[in-house]
This record gives sequence, structure tokens and C-alpha cells, in this order.
Amino acid sequence: MSAESRAAILARIRRANGVADNPARVSQQQHEWSLLSRAYRARGNLDDAQRLKLFDERIRHYNGTPFYSTGNIQSDIANILTERGKQTLIVPAGLPSEWLPEDFDFVPDNNLSKQQLDAADGVVTECTLGIALTGTVVLESSPTQGRRAATLIPDYHLCILRKGDIVELVPEAIRRLESIKGRPLTFFSGPSATVDIEMTRVRGVHGPRTLDILLI
Amino acid sequence: MSVHIGNAENAPSFPRAARAALINTQLRTNVRNATNIIQAKRNNMTGELPDWEELREAGHAIKNHTLKYLDLYLEQFEANVTRAGGMVHWATDADEANQIIGNIIADCTGKEIIKVKTMTSNEIRLNDYLENSGITPHETDLADLIVQLGNEDPSHIVVPALHINRTQIRDIFQKKIPLHELGIDNLTDDPQQLAEAARLYLRHKFLTVDIGFSGANFAIADTGAVVVVESEGNGRMCLTLPDVLITLLGIEKIVPTFRDLEVFLQSLPRSATGERMNPYNSIWTGVTPADGPSEFHVILLDNGRTSVLANGEGREALNCIRCGACLNVCPVYHQTGGIAYGSVYQGPIGAIVTPQLQNLEHSRSLPYASSLCGACYDVCPVKINIPEILIFLRGEIIRDEQRTLLGKFQLENIAMQAMALVFSSSGLMTTAEALAKFAQGPLVHDGIINRLPGMLSGWTNSRDLAPMPRKSFRDWWLQREKDKGQ
Amino acid sequence: MQISLFVTCYNDVLFPATGIAVVKLLERLGHTIIFRPQQTCCGQMHYNTGYQRETIPLVRKFVELFADDEVIVSPSASCVAMIRDHYEKAALMVQDSQLLVKVKQVVPRVFELTELLVNKLAVEDVGAYYPHRVTYHPSCHSLRMLRVGDAPLRLLQRVAGIELIELPNRTECCGFGGTFAIKNSQTSSAMLDDKVHCVLDTGAEICTAGDNSCLMHIYGGLHRRKEPVKTIHIAQILASTREEPTA
Repeated sequence: MSAESRAAILARIRRANGVADNPARVSQQQHEWSLLSRAYRARGNLDDAQRLKLFDERIRHYNGTPFYSTGNIQSDIANILTERGKQTLIVPAGLPSEWLPEDFDFVPDNNLSKQQLDAADGVVTECTLGIALTGTVVLESSPTQGRRAATLIPDYHLCILRKGDIVELVPEAIRRLESIKGRPLTFFSGPSATVDIEMTRVRGVHGPRTLDILLI
Repeated sequence: MSVHIGNAENAPSFPRAARAALINTQLRTNVRNATNIIQAKRNNMTGELPDWEELREAGHAIKNHTLKYLDLYLEQFEANVTRAGGMVHWATDADEANQIIGNIIADCTGKEIIKVKTMTSNEIRLNDYLENSGITPHETDLADLIVQLGNEDPSHIVVPALHINRTQIRDIFQKKIPLHELGIDNLTDDPQQLAEAARLYLRHKFLTVDIGFSGANFAIADTGAVVVVESEGNGRMCLTLPDVLITLLGIEKIVPTFRDLEVFLQSLPRSATGERMNPYNSIWTGVTPADGPSEFHVILLDNGRTSVLANGEGREALNCIRCGACLNVCPVYHQTGGIAYGSVYQGPIGAIVTPQLQNLEHSRSLPYASSLCGACYDVCPVKINIPEILIFLRGEIIRDEQRTLLGKFQLENIAMQAMALVFSSSGLMTTAEALAKFAQGPLVHDGIINRLPGMLSGWTNSRDLAPMPRKSFRDWWLQREKDKGQ
Repeated sequence: MQISLFVTCYNDVLFPATGIAVVKLLERLGHTIIFRPQQTCCGQMHYNTGYQRETIPLVRKFVELFADDEVIVSPSASCVAMIRDHYEKAALMVQDSQLLVKVKQVVPRVFELTELLVNKLAVEDVGAYYPHRVTYHPSCHSLRMLRVGDAPLRLLQRVAGIELIELPNRTECCGFGGTFAIKNSQTSSAMLDDKVHCVLDTGAEICTAGDNSCLMHIYGGLHRRKEPVKTIHIAQILASTREEPTA
């Protein structure tokens, strides 16, 4: 049934467009795509300090909290977790163990059940990059960033971002993601939120309600 | 093939449905407040971008290009999804899509599914179909949950519960959610509390239900990836936690490449909710070992879209990225809200999409549900010229009606033909003017016309009309020329 | 300059004072006006309601009648928008290449009154005097189809004695929309309600615009509520002088 429907739909599209099923169209298609109007900004113009400042501002705007590393990541993490009162934290298997302070319970995500993820206080991961203009952080599926469920179910997320991985504009981010575009990617801009009740922004619906970003 | 767009084929005409909405002051207040807020945010967010117009232009170009090569892009998308371990199904209409989805679920053990907001599933009336087959669908988007629990119709393509205010939402939750079991004793109408109640209610579903269901904002041909943008995290839950994921997408959701996201991930959130970026964007390709569902199905839905593609000027309606900006800015929508449009697609975009999907067989009053003020075109992030398409569709409808004898003898057609004749010569126009001045005599009371007969009574029901002056401009000019000549 | 006036059918019959004002204003600025009495209607009502074939004779009539005129002015943004946005499409629809050629020759010479003054003739101070409290409603067609921008306001700001008051929510449609006002009369009336409230909020004595169609609609709502606010076309304000004031 689906094969017939497939043929029918494709035939209807070709009829609507007045074209035949001709393999030569593929090169024409690619050529025309490359000529599409793209006069929008492809590159930002802020220097490193300005870009970091903008990122900081935008992350705060969406209720995330940026922290700045003192150079000792282990003690930075300890300080943040103490401040937040978090004790049991999920960590992806590949997160550098020298970053993890003592006196906390770090649980490596060895295929934990949803319920086990739900029972933790939070999760600590790395991330791929940050976008200053929009206050966005991008996560990929990887050994230091874990699988998607691990950064979703726990109510608290501490995310470690290298300052050098902050870009200014969305097109700059997309270009950097090009090489990993087949992996599951999650963009998040602040913690979960909704405007569904009278357009009032409410923090924290289903995703993590608290987001901290440690800039290293 | 039989195309169904929700229940649009049985919906009352727009003027009739609008009457009911217009007397509902609560609804009008809710709609007005919400659209005011969302519009102000949208204007700020688009205004701060120096390259906003260039982004609109690029979005328009990418989408038009995609339509031109839609067959090829769909084939590329299919090949890439399959390569990444997903399964692709094709559905010509709503019934076929429902059957495909029903069959996939029948092969699973669970009898419940968790859904992230999908207008396309409303279009095919999936929830009704599943409920009839003994499956329980749970809407997980807060607004969709409100609509589902309250047995309401969605009134906006982005914020479906926009017509319902906080007090009404509290009442719905008190009736339909087992608040006591969730440990909530005294629910107020504070949005934070209402959202918390929804969080607790759905948490258990997220952790236990095995089948997830989604639509898509974009489907990327060159990678086979699907993109869902959302705010609450319910999307991530539905897309990541279940073992089986089913995604239904209209064939027009395709974009050529991953790179093209750099345009739409800027223009969509700013237009839709007035944010620089949605809180969450999920992008995934097929299945990924040890991360997310182990089984992934995509259903590519036609359901009238290929008819739209064949409809000349009207085809650009397929470029819509469902941001809702045209609803928020529309002065007609401001008055009536979305339900009067009788469709899962409301507002100006609904007025051009709904009738076209049904091949102009139903919903024929919708292209007339606009004053053609043009505000929708100005805000559209992919520059769909909605007013032009409305006019084009009006032409299609009139030409179709004129094909029948009944249509030819409709009062409006006769009046329009008569006026076309009058305007064909200035002599006839002057004669008609004299006749009209004579005819208006009995209608003028105290120097004003306040009651007109027949279809023109629509004007004088709420508006007065100044009578025609004694002398026209033409009379004045000719007199002046004469005086000059003397 | 010799300027040909397309007064439009409804201004001719219903609002003759507007056409007279355009003539007086442009003559005062030193131009010569010609008026071709064979003119009728631009065809907008037919076109926008879906009777597009029926507009073809009107398109043909227009381009033939005005074929030799260098500059054509009209005190109606919506009729100029019809001509500019749809005449070419109409010619394409009937695949009449000769008509298309004529359309392409004539259409660029057609101007709405305020865009003619500000953009083409480069005048902002037309020497008008109008000592009243006035609010300006930018009609949808002037705002979003013709994109006349602030041309009307720049003209009004230079009028001696005028007190201009900004109309709240001014870019929103008044609800007229041609046959929309009849076909969807209740929705149209609700839109008009909002517009009338905004006009009343300004406390202005006069509401003006570049389109008598919108003004007829707004007037209809004001008069029904027995409000004394008057509506008057912008041409009549610009034509008003100390010696010969517009009432």
C-alpha cells in the first residue's frame, strides 16, 4: 500500500511541477540551491570579550546562570554544587574524572533506567558550543555529553562550556555543527518554559528547571 | 483519495461562525490580550535583527526552491532516514495515515501514546481514530493538554489554548486532573502553579509510556534528520524516552540541507513566540544506538498538499512554517479568534490553506474572511503573499460558480455584472448615478441613510451612510470648463 | 507640470469635494490639471471580490485613456494599489501581450496624491492653513501596498495652524475591505468599533486619511454613535488656505 502511495504522491508532485522523473534534474537542483539568496549575516563582528559578555547577558535573560572558572574545574564544580545543594549527580561515562570533586555522589550513566535518572539530583555534562546572540547551548550525543535522556530527566543541569566554543551567530553555529550533523543534537536556550497560559512566561515545565553553565 | 482537514468539511461558513465568536466577550478579551503580548514580543525580536528582511528573503527562496524539486528532496530524505535505521511510510490521505499509525501501534505492547504538539495529527483526526481503536493518546504540550482535557477546539496554530484564560484553565484542571493524588490541595489560577500541576500529571506518563508521537517543524533532505522546536521539554520527553517513535509530517516540511536551518532557526522562534530561540530544538536522524528510541517511523503525508502544489499562485501556501505571526497581527482574527475558521489551521494562513487542501470543495467562505489589509504578508517570515493568494482563490471560486446556471443568476453575480457594465462607459456611469440619486430619495432621513435593503443592510446594521451629493466632481469640472470658455 | 487626474468612480460621485481639492491644490502649486471625462473605475472592487475577468475591460479602458499622460494622480491609495499591483497580472491572466505592453507603459506614471507631492514633486510645505485638531489614519493600501511611509504625515506637519494627534493602534485596518464590509458585516463592524474608539481617544475634531473608502466607513461608525468628529480627505486639508479655508 505504502509503495503505491509513494509512487502516486511522487507522480502528483511531478505533474504539479510539470516535470518528468529525470535523473539529470539532480545536478540542476544542487546548482540552483547553491545560488539561493543568502544576504543575511554569516559572520559576527564582536571580539572575544564582547561575545562572552553577550552570551552571559542572553543566558541570564533566559534564566540560566553562568559561572566563570577559577582555573580549577574540580573546585569550581564543587562550589556550584554546594551552592545549589545537589548531592547525587549523573555523569556521562566519558566525562574527565579529574573534574569531579570528592564528597559528592557521581553516578556514571551506564544505561540507567528512566526511574534511576529521575531519582538523581541533577546531571553534569560538557557541551558542543554556545551561541551568544540567542543565549543557546548545543548538546550532541557523545561520551562527554551523554545520551539525551540523561540531560532531560534530572531537574538540574550543570553544563561545562569552553569559552572558545562560543560563537556569535546562528549561521556560525550551524557551520561548526556540519561535521556532526548526523548525531542527535539538542539546542537549549535557558531552562524549560511555557507561555501557554495567557502568554505569561512560566519557568520549568518538563525539562530541567535549573540550568547552570560553567565557562572554562 | 479522500482529503479530510479535521472536520472542516462540516464547519459552518465563516460569517456564521464569526457571529457566535463576536458575542463572546470573554473570548474576545482573551484573544486580544494574548495577541497584543505576542505581537509586541515578535516586533521587538524581529526589529533587533539588522538582517531580518534578508532572512525573510532567504526563507522564501529556500522554500520555493524546495517546492520546485519536492519529489527529489523527498526521495533524498527517504534514503537518508532509511540509511540511518528509520522506516519511511507514505500516506496519500488522512485515512491511510491513520491506518499506518494504527498498525505500527498494534505491533507494540502498549495501549497509550505520548504526543508532542502536532497540527498534522489534528488534521487527520488521529486522536479520534486511536480512541476508537482502544488506544489512549496523551497530549503533552500544556496548551494541547488544556484543549484535550477541556474538550475544546484549538484556536491558534502555535498557542492552541490562547482563547482560554487562567481561571478557565484552573477550572478544567480541577475537573479533569486527579489533583489530590498528585499532592495538590489548593490549586489557584497562578500560571506557575497550573504549569506545576501539568508537570506532575504528565511526569508519570513520560517515564512509563513506550510509544512517542510527534510532528515536525522541518525534515532535512540531505541528512534525513527531523527537527522539532518547542518550549516545555515535553517534546524532548516524547522524542527521547519511548522505545518507539512515530513522526507524522506533511510533505511540505522538507528543507534541502542542514545548513538551511541557519535561516529557519532564526526566523521561526522570533516570529512565533517572540523569542531569540525556542527553549528546546531537537534534531535527530533515524535511530542512534543507546540513545533514544530503538524504532523510528516517519509518515510522509499528502492529504491534499499535491493539489495545492498544482494550484498556480496558491502553491506558496505550502511554504508556511506555522509560526502564527499572521494570526497575531490579523485584525479579523483579533475579533473572532481561531475557532470561527472551522479548521485546525486558523487565521490568514488557514484561510488560504484549508480551502486549497480540499481542492476548493469546502471552506469557500474562508478566502473572504479578510479585509485584505496586508498585515499578514508584512510579518510572514517566508514572505507568503497571503492577500494575493486570497484574491486568487476568490477568483477561482467565482469562476467556478459562474460555470453553473445557479451561480450565474446569484444576486451578487448579477450586481457585479451590472456594475461592470456601468463602468464600461462614462455615459452609463452618469446615467446610473442619476438613477441612484433618484432611488436614494426614500432612503434618506434627516440627511443620512441608516437603513439599506437586501444584502446592503450589512452596511447599515452598524453604520450610517451619507447620501450622494447633488453634484458630482464631473459636474463641477465640466461647469468650470464651460465657465472658462465663456 | 501637466498632471492628469484620475479622480476614481466613488470620489467622483460620492466625494466630489476631494477631487475639487486636488485640482485647487495642484493648481496653487503651479501645475496644470487635465481631467478626462471618459474615465470610470479602476476595477478594484470586482478584482478583489474575485470577478477578475470582469475587470479586463476596465484595465483596457484605463491604459488607453491615460496612454499619453506623463503624470497621473489619484486621491485614492487603494485604487492606485489596484493599478500598480494587479493590472499587470490581469493582462497576464488573459494572455494579452499588447495589453501588457500598454500596462507596463502607463502604470509607472500613476501616483497617489501624497507620494506625488513628497516623492515626485519634492514638496512638503504646500502652504496650507487648517486650524483644527486632526488625527491621521494610515489606510492599509497606502501603508502596506503603496508604502507611502510618512509622506502624508510630513505634509500634514507643515500645515499651518494644525494640531496633529497620533492615532493609537493606527496601523490596524478599519474593517472596510470593500465587499468584506457587506459579506462579513459583523466582523467588519467589530473592527470598526475598535477604530472608532481609537479615534475618539485622540480627542481630535477631524479624522483624515488618503482614502475616502476608509473615511466613509469610519464616518459611518462615528455618525451612528452620534459623535461629532468629522472625516475629511487629506487633499481637502492640504487645499485649505487662510483665504479659502476648507470647512
